[in-house]
Formats: sequence, structure tokens, C-alpha cells
Amino acid sequence: MIIGEQKPLKEICSMLEGHKRILVAGCRSCVAICLAGGEKEVGVLSESLRLHSDLNGKGWEVLELTTERQCEKEWVAEIKDLVAECDAVVSIACGVGAQTIQAMYPTVRVLPGLNTSNMGAPEEPGVFIEKCGGCGDCVLHLTGGICPIVRCAKSMLNGPCGGSQNGMCEIGQETPCAWDQIYRSLKQLGRLDLLERPIPPKNWVPSRSGGPRKIVRPEAMMTKEEKEARE
Amino acid sequence: MRAGSNLEKVLERGEFAVTAEIGPPKSASADRFRATARSMKGSADAFNLTDNQTAMSRMSSVSCAVVLIQEGMEPVVQMTTRDRNRIALQSDTLGASALGVRNILCLSGDHQSFGNQKESKNVYDLDSVQLLMVLRKMRDEGKLWNDDPLEVAPPLFLGAAANPFADPFEYRAPRLAKKVAAGADFVQTQSVYDLERFEAFMVRVREMGLDKKVRILAGVLPLKSHKVALYMKNKVSGMTVPDAIVERMKKASDPKGEGIRLCVETIEHLRGIEGVAGVHIMAPLWEEKVPEIAERAGLLPRPSFWSQ
Repeated sequence: MIIGEQKPLKEICSMLEGHKRILVAGCRSCVAICLAGGEKEVGVLSESLRLHSDLNGKGWEVLELTTERQCEKEWVAEIKDLVAECDAVVSIACGVGAQTIQAMYPTVRVLPGLNTSNMGAPEEPGVFIEKCGGCGDCVLHLTGGICPIVRCAKSMLNGPCGGSQNGMCEIGQETPCAWDQIYRSLKQLGRLDLLERPIPPKNWVPSRSGGPRKIVRPEAMMTKEEKEARE
Repeated sequence: MRAGSNLEKVLERGEFAVTAEIGPPKSASADRFRATARSMKGSADAFNLTDNQTAMSRMSSVSCAVVLIQEGMEPVVQMTTRDRNRIALQSDTLGASALGVRNILCLSGDHQSFGNQKESKNVYDLDSVQLLMVLRKMRDEGKLWNDDPLEVAPPLFLGAAANPFADPFEYRAPRLAKKVAAGADFVQTQSVYDLERFEAFMVRVREMGLDKKVRILAGVLPLKSHKVALYMKNKVSGMTVPDAIVERMKKASDPKGEGIRLCVETIEHLRGIEGVAGVHIMAPLWEEKVPEIAERAGLLPRPSFWSQ
């Protein structure tokens, strides 16, 4: 899932300067799970904005809405009437959600109320950890099911580096060394042999480095007639 | 005076400046590169050294700059943000400056998908505008980007690229303004074939007063054949080549001679455009033609303020 974190209220308020009718738009998917942009957070942020407006004479009118999935056009289409009443939308979905709203409603300003951080998972209640770098060419079969691309601070494919100590990374005692974990995992799996061969320089074309990515599933695509019928 | 480089002095004096490009070798020997450089000596005020152009590994531009300095020629080190992060870029700037480099051209660089090692990861910790900001701070404030003071600040004449032929056209002059605001002292443009569009760009540049704030060197690249012209027209993104030029190259009985003639004519035309402070001649793998082009365009002899 996508992990995000709300921007500080001060930053959101400064983005809203000059706007009057504001829609706070959340999402019931990933950002709700990581307690950053779901229905509850929409309510709290909206109240905070109203309070800020009252205390500072901003005259903001703040509306609230939480979509099922802000990254999908079908769900975002349903908020058309509400968006039409506003001159700004603060999206506290991930950046994908904010972009979907902007693409569908190009004349309203969409402002990001949330910093999209990473693809990760809840580790324990209230703790979310980055797990996947989306490199487009998975190597988990070589690394004991632990991603070295994001979980190693250097994205090393032949670690651990000389900074690994007591299972921790050199960048800080809060950060586990991914390659220490990889070593332990492969040992448990009886596949330490995988660590004997140097992994050659990686092909980064399928990663972000190769340019914006697009995946096409021909069997799921609409025919020209189907597209026309839908329009 | 920013750095007191030869190029800067030529421009300061109001002389029509000439720069030319030399491609570093795919070699661990600089001998052939040195010979090419020697053959170009005196044909331009400073010589650009491309930085792993089209994303192919070559000798580093800083190393080649040192060879040029040894030959009594002034380098313009091209520095792209594709392969190095801000730590390396600042480090290489200090090293280049210590070795006598005074002109640095700040670029984002061609994407690695154009090169011969497409599977590379790119860096892009900074973009070209940000690199200008960082290097200007090193020069003017004597500080690294993080505010660490430098024992000695690098005297630099900072360059940027501009492409009047890329889109959206109406944003091209404002984007140049952004580079000027970030610290560009001089600008070298993409090669000009479409003079009409270039003139329209210069109108906007003059309206914004940019020609008074930055020295604009218009790029030229002699065509070897009509196929090259077609390639530039159809395959090079952000490049326009008018049909008349493709036709002219196609009809020519001596295409190479025609390409040089066209290049010389283009320079003469550019020289008459208000706000154009010089030309930048790019002749990749055809560098030996640079002196001839400069000669025939009436740009020789070059004034020399070289003092190192």
C-alpha cells in the first residue's frame, strides 16, 4: 500500500491563501489505513481549517468528502457537483489521487495536503515501513524476500557494506541493515549460495530512471466501439 | 568581471564571440584529442568539452579541459546533472577551478536512453537551473550549497543552454529568464536552422530585456548531408529544420561543401540579429572544419586575452 503523511497545518493554510470555498478530499484506501487521509482525517483537517479561518478572519468555507478510491476516475467522477462549488480542493489522498482530481477538473486548483512517502506496510499499530522501490524488475528471489533497493540505504545489490553493525545500518541505529536481514533470511532458507555470485549492474530501464512507466493489458482494453458507446 | 576568462573578456569588450565544441575521446589516451584540439587552436575564444554526450561514457570533460589548458586553449567545461549528485558536482567544480577552468556550462544532459548504456540509473539530484544556483553560490558567497565556507571560492563564468526550438515555444524565453535569475552569465543555444523561429525567440528575449543580462551565443552545426538534415528534423526531439534546408542539401552536388556554406551563411545572418553576442559552432566528428567555418564567416583572427 501507499504510505503518506499529512503536511503540517501551517503549510496547508499557506497554500490556501486567496481561496474561499475549499473542499477537503480524502480517500478510503491506503491513506486511510495509514491514518493520514481517510474519512476521520478529513474531518479533523476540515475542523482545523475552519478554526484557523475563524481565528484569522480568512472567511473560508470548508466542505468535506471522502471518496472510495481517489486514484480511479469512476469514483472521482461522482464528486463533480461538489468540486464545481469550490475554488480549491485539498487532497489528502496520495499524489495519484490528487492528480486524478486535477486531470478530471482542470479548472479548479488541487492542492496537496499530504506528502506521499512510499510503498510499504503496517509493521505494528501506528508504524509503517517502506518495503518496495517499484524498480520494475524484482529481485526478491535473490535476496530472501527482502528488497535491497529500498531497504538498503545505498540500494546495494551485493551488500552488506562496511557500515553494517549489530544488524543496524550506518545511517542510524533506528534503521535495520537490509543486507543483515537478507543474510539471515537466506541462511534460514538454506540458500546462502545465492550470496556467492556477484549480482551484475542492474537494468534500471524498467525503473523510474527509464522514464514514466505505463503498463498496458490488451485483454482489458476497450475496443474503439466500446469507448464510443461509453462516451 | 566574474572570472576573467578569455570568453568573458571577449564578450565584455563587445566583440562577437566564438565558441566551438570538441568531443572527448572514448579512449584512455588523450593524444588524438590533443591533436584535434591543436588543429582548432585560434579558431574560437573558448572550446566546449561535452560531458559524456548522448549518455556515452567518454573521457571526462574536466580531464580534457586540462589538456586544452596545456595547449594554451581555453575550455568551457560542460557539466550535466545526469551522472553526478550535488556532492560530486561541487567537488568536480572545485577541482576544475583549481586546475584552471573558468567557464562551466550547466546542463541536465541527454537522457541515458539515448546512449549506449540505456540500463543506467540516472541521478538528477539537481537540474540545470539548480546547478547554476549551486555554482553561483560557490562563486559569489564562497560557500557550498549547505553553507559550508570554502577556503577559496571558484572564479567562474557560468553558462547555460537554451533551446528556442523546443516546446512550448512561448515558455522558452521565460525559461531562459529563469536560468538568468539562477546565475547564467552566458547562454549557448541549440543549433539554429529555423531562423524565423530563432528571430521570433529573440524578439521575446529582447522584450524581456534578457539580451542585456546574459550573453547569448547562437548555436550552429554544419550539415554533412540531407540525411543528417532529415534525421535532425524527424528524430531529434526539440529540433526544427525547415524543408527548404533539407531540399537545398538534397539538391547539392557537394553536400558537405553545401553544409559548410549554409553554416557560414547562418552565422552571417545570426550576427545581424540584435542581442546575439556570438556563435557556438558544433561539428561533432567534423571538428577540423571549425577553423574553416570561422575563417569564411569572417570571424578570424580571434582577439586573445588568454593569460594563463
